[in-house]
Amino acid sequence: MSDVKKFLYVNRRAPYGTIYALESLEVVLIGAAFEQDVSLAFLDDGVFQLTKGQNTDGIGVKNFSPTFRALGDYDVQKLFVERESLEERGLSEDDLIEVVYEDEDDDWEEKPAIRVISRAEMADAMADADVVLSF
Amino acid sequence: MAYEVNGQTVEHDEEGYITNLGDWTPELAEVIAKAEDIEMDDERWEVVNFLREYYDEYQIAPAVRVLIKSVKKTMGPEKGNNKYMYELFPYGPAKQACKIAGLPKPTGCV
Repeated sequence: MSDVKKFLYVNRRAPYGTIYALESLEVVLIGAAFEQDVSLAFLDDGVFQLTKGQNTDGIGVKNFSPTFRALGDYDVQKLFVERESLEERGLSEDDLIEVVYEDEDDDWEEKPAIRVISRAEMADAMADADVVLSF
Repeated sequence: MAYEVNGQTVEHDEEGYITNLGDWTPELAEVIAKAEDIEMDDERWEVVNFLREYYDEYQIAPAVRVLIKSVKKTMGPEKGNNKYMYELFPYGPAKQACKIAGLPKPTGCV
């Protein structure tokens, strides 16, 4: 029980149209509930999962965008977003929702969980993880 | 399988979670609580209402650890602790209170 592994969940697909994005989020919440070290990576079309103002009324599926904002409550503190993937899609950090966590070591101050990083830094994040799961 | 409330039937699954979240009413909560051998009082309503608000905002029913932490943050440590929450809902604050609140089984509960 004492071994905490670093899990990195890699999200490469658009939020709707397939079940991958929602399933990934469910697995993340389960993993985090078991107190593993969980971080998420968003690249390629996966960056669309974090865009603001989603409305799924027209396609009749659940809008799970608000659930990302609960990740802070689950102590998920790192959501890596690849800058190149954003730029290739005409997006910037301003187009993304806000996700915060409370830093235990800093008087529970709210800090942003989303970190926009370069493709090279993303490779380092992947190398640093014990387990990489791709969705 | 179904609950009976005011002459109406409300479907639920084999564990007692209602099938259509939109079917929930406060009267139904009392019926589910009774089936769980729980008497609803102000303290229990406070938790059930908290869960419904949480679901409304985040679209998920929180895991028990997250629930207790959030209750601690909003209602204070005298309520946001395991002992208090398990006294109110002996079969698990997240599982049982979510059932009464008409929410799905919390993500991460087996």
